[in-house]
Amino acid sequence: MTIASEQSSPAFRGKIAMWWLIASEVMVFGGALGSYILARTSGQGWSEEAAHLSTPLATINTFVLLTSSMTMAMAFSAYQHADQRGVKKFLLLTILFGLVFLGIKGSEYASHIMQGTAPWSGSFWAFYYLLTGLHALHVMAGVIVNFILYLSARRGLSTGYRIEIAGLYWHFVDIVWIFLFPLLYLSY
Amino acid sequence: MFLSWLPENISTYGGEVDSLIWLIYYITLAWFIATVGALLVFVLLFRDRDGWRAAYITGEKLSQVAWILIPTALVLVLDLWIDLRGGDAWAKIKLHVPPKEIQVQVTGKQFNWEILYPGPDDQFGTADDLQIDNELHVPVNKVVAMTLKSKDVIHSLFLPNLRLQQNVIPGREFQAWFQATKTGVFEIPCAELCGFGHSGMIGHLTVHTAEEYSQWVKDQWPSATGAGISP
Amino acid sequence: MTHPPSITPTPVSIVHPAHEARGFWRTYVFTIDHKTIAKQYLFLGICMASVGSYLAYVMRWQLAFPDESIPGFGFVGPETYNALITNHGTIMVFFVAMPILLGAFGNFLIPLMIGARDMAFPRLNMLSFWILAVAALVILTSFFVPAGGASAGWTGYAPLSARAEYTGVHWGINLWLLAHALEFVSFLVGGVNFLTTVITMRAPGMTFFRLPLVIWQLLTASIIFLLSVGPLIAAAVMLLMDRILNTSFFVPEGGGDPLLWEHLFWFFGHPEVYVVLLPGLGAVMEVLAVFSRKPIFGYRWIIYSTIAIGFLSFIVWAHHMFVNGINPRLVMPFSITTILISVPMSLIIFSMILTLWKGSIRLATPMLWALGFMVMFILGGLTGIVLGSAPANIQLHGTYFVVAHFHTVLLSVVIFGGFTGLYFWFPKMFGRMMNESLGKLHFLLTLIFFNLTFFPMHAVGLAGMPRRIANPLQYESLTAVQPLNVYITMSAVGLIVAQLPFLINFFWSIAAGRKAESNPWQAATLEWSAPSPPPHDNWGDTIPTVYRGPYEYSLPDVREDYIPQDRVHPSRSTWKAE
Repeated sequence: MTIASEQSSPAFRGKIAMWWLIASEVMVFGGALGSYILARTSGQGWSEEAAHLSTPLATINTFVLLTSSMTMAMAFSAYQHADQRGVKKFLLLTILFGLVFLGIKGSEYASHIMQGTAPWSGSFWAFYYLLTGLHALHVMAGVIVNFILYLSARRGLSTGYRIEIAGLYWHFVDIVWIFLFPLLYLSY
Repeated sequence: MFLSWLPENISTYGGEVDSLIWLIYYITLAWFIATVGALLVFVLLFRDRDGWRAAYITGEKLSQVAWILIPTALVLVLDLWIDLRGGDAWAKIKLHVPPKEIQVQVTGKQFNWEILYPGPDDQFGTADDLQIDNELHVPVNKVVAMTLKSKDVIHSLFLPNLRLQQNVIPGREFQAWFQATKTGVFEIPCAELCGFGHSGMIGHLTVHTAEEYSQWVKDQWPSATGAGISP
Repeated sequence: MTHPPSITPTPVSIVHPAHEARGFWRTYVFTIDHKTIAKQYLFLGICMASVGSYLAYVMRWQLAFPDESIPGFGFVGPETYNALITNHGTIMVFFVAMPILLGAFGNFLIPLMIGARDMAFPRLNMLSFWILAVAALVILTSFFVPAGGASAGWTGYAPLSARAEYTGVHWGINLWLLAHALEFVSFLVGGVNFLTTVITMRAPGMTFFRLPLVIWQLLTASIIFLLSVGPLIAAAVMLLMDRILNTSFFVPEGGGDPLLWEHLFWFFGHPEVYVVLLPGLGAVMEVLAVFSRKPIFGYRWIIYSTIAIGFLSFIVWAHHMFVNGINPRLVMPFSITTILISVPMSLIIFSMILTLWKGSIRLATPMLWALGFMVMFILGGLTGIVLGSAPANIQLHGTYFVVAHFHTVLLSVVIFGGFTGLYFWFPKMFGRMMNESLGKLHFLLTLIFFNLTFFPMHAVGLAGMPRRIANPLQYESLTAVQPLNVYITMSAVGLIVAQLPFLINFFWSIAAGRKAESNPWQAATLEWSAPSPPPHDNWGDTIPTVYRGPYEYSLPDVREDYIPQDRVHPSRSTWKAE
């Protein structure tokens, strides 16, 4: 008689783990975003403060992140086609786009602070820094992971299934931004 | 027996709270006796002994599962009864507020209850407002409306004898009411951790007879005629 | 077709290379073996339990004899008392209950009971433990910084916790928040590890509905934790920003809302109690089956009820906030969901009781603890009903009635459930047997002193004694209950002392207990097929194949008393009375 094996591959395990991690991260950002929405709908003057944000810069950043998700997906596709050069190229592009995102975010922060709108400048700013700060930390973590994969690809090693799992994480980080962008920059 | 530890009830709606506690007490006591009793009886009856083999009962057959489904259904029914009684009592206390006869403002702050009386004109924000720390004076059998605030952190106004408890939260105002049925002096502890002075943050509720209350009013506002507050 | 009983099909297994002796550090400190990591969590939990118990002793002595110096501590000022209660709660929940019930039991049992060689991510597993160890160090350090440890309650309500000037404590609360952040990461990563392992690494034949119930409980607890901790992580970051960056998420003067903290905290805080409850409940279920020689009654119903409890636990949180100023119209829905959670829970309790019906009950030490759990948990659960009814809650919120309730349920899980599991799996963990007489003495003393300590607390709460006060003598209305307070304190000291037989038994048995066979309790679940203790890769060359469910005891037409999960066929014969 055949006995179905319940055993599985490391790739499958990695994906299951990453999905559960994403589920808990959804709750983190959900908690923060939910608090922001509730606080904003019952507060006053948030729109005036939000008007100080640079929507053009954030729009650029949105495209940057979306494109980086595309390059990440192309890196995974290259891995599936055993195209090591493609893996290297697209991972590097993804990392660069991630760094551009962080750079633009950093310059936004710098200009806010120079204008005197720091985290303690009011409820809107507190939430703005909380949400974008948490998100930026997650982007940084993703950039580091992608960089580690890139280094191993450069040494001629296969990234293995890890590139798919890193891709899942990176897409999640992108989707969080898709929520943050309109809720922070476009709602007034 | 157990519930005799509850402080004396001097509130019109206190009876609602107490009878709900009694109902739940009896229901839960019955469940405790039934379940723990069954447990102990089974343990005594089915100790391992020579020649006795356990019965292989998995609980998959409906005739077996019924033994847990029926008590569970009973739990559900009793739960719903408790909820309906609770809903009634809650509505009486929180939603159907009778028209006020006396009003005060109570503001919690580290570590006092600041009680603001509107004075004979019964308006807040006028010259005859009077703040007395930690002393709440009311006449018996009158509906007292309280506006509850906090100056700093969360405190909790707890009047055990009135079956009244309400947190006071800075940045918000809450309304609470009571009608005392007996005279006397009763303690008002703070029931929410509010800092190092939480222990010992105590006010006193003094419920006066009508005459005593008029006298107290005359003592606090000697120049007033007493118009505007019915004795 | 019958197979000769000596041939079992060889399943696919990922055979790890044989591990040579790896030196002290790799074997005991930076180990990736789930069994050793489990013991690390256990020892961490026991050490922190001593700290938490010491804090409880100081608190109780202060309550019984308020103006006196406490032996072994000194005078307790009001600020100190608040730090004691805060850290007692935080340490007991996050550094005792969770490490023992999830970290130790989960790590030890999951691979062994599902037929795997280790967790899905052994190195992440090691990282999880060490992050928790650092978190424990952080919180212990917080006692010694200027102005002392965190003192805003384990619930950390804002704005008391949001501005240092309200408590006078600056670094203590910041370190407390840091310790929380670290332990959240530790348990998050651990939870992902547990889930992935159970989902993807079960042995051939181990379908979901052949898993022992304790694994189902650990699974559900991990999911609950993963999905509930997020909002509190966000809230902890917000609170840290309020304290360090002077933002005003929770401070009304700056536009914030103290109730936001409460909602975010309790959204996690309530599911968290089920995260602690479920593994302890699972351990008791295993023991009830083994020591009644019967399957657990209603296996599938218990699983469905556990899942229902998981769902319901997410929609009851505001029962901690009935008098906190939430919209009165929101209160009744939460009161209803709270009381409804008793439905699946009582189904589980009824199933566990019915497991005893027509069993053949052996009252070994683990079984005594399991039965003790049942009684204490039923008591504690029933007092939850009166708290869940909003009008009754008005009178009892913030009083010692709440303290009595949650200690009764929590300690029935952590102490009674925890010791059920510890005494039961000790032979498998350490390869030795614990002393039965000391075990029974430990049980009896704990049962007695536990009830003497916490049962009178219900009366103290009914009488109106608020929580978190340092000196009951300041309250005239409490003079009648002060004798009870003294009595409770003495019993609490007794409860702490009653743990000495366990500590002696535990450490002595590890060193010199009678060597254990692989299946001293004649249990059917998979971990008992491995040697005691199991080797590094758990199963030798071949991982087991599973052919049946976990509770095949006393099958009617089979000679053997039980059939292990990995036995191909029972031998067939009619059982005859001897």
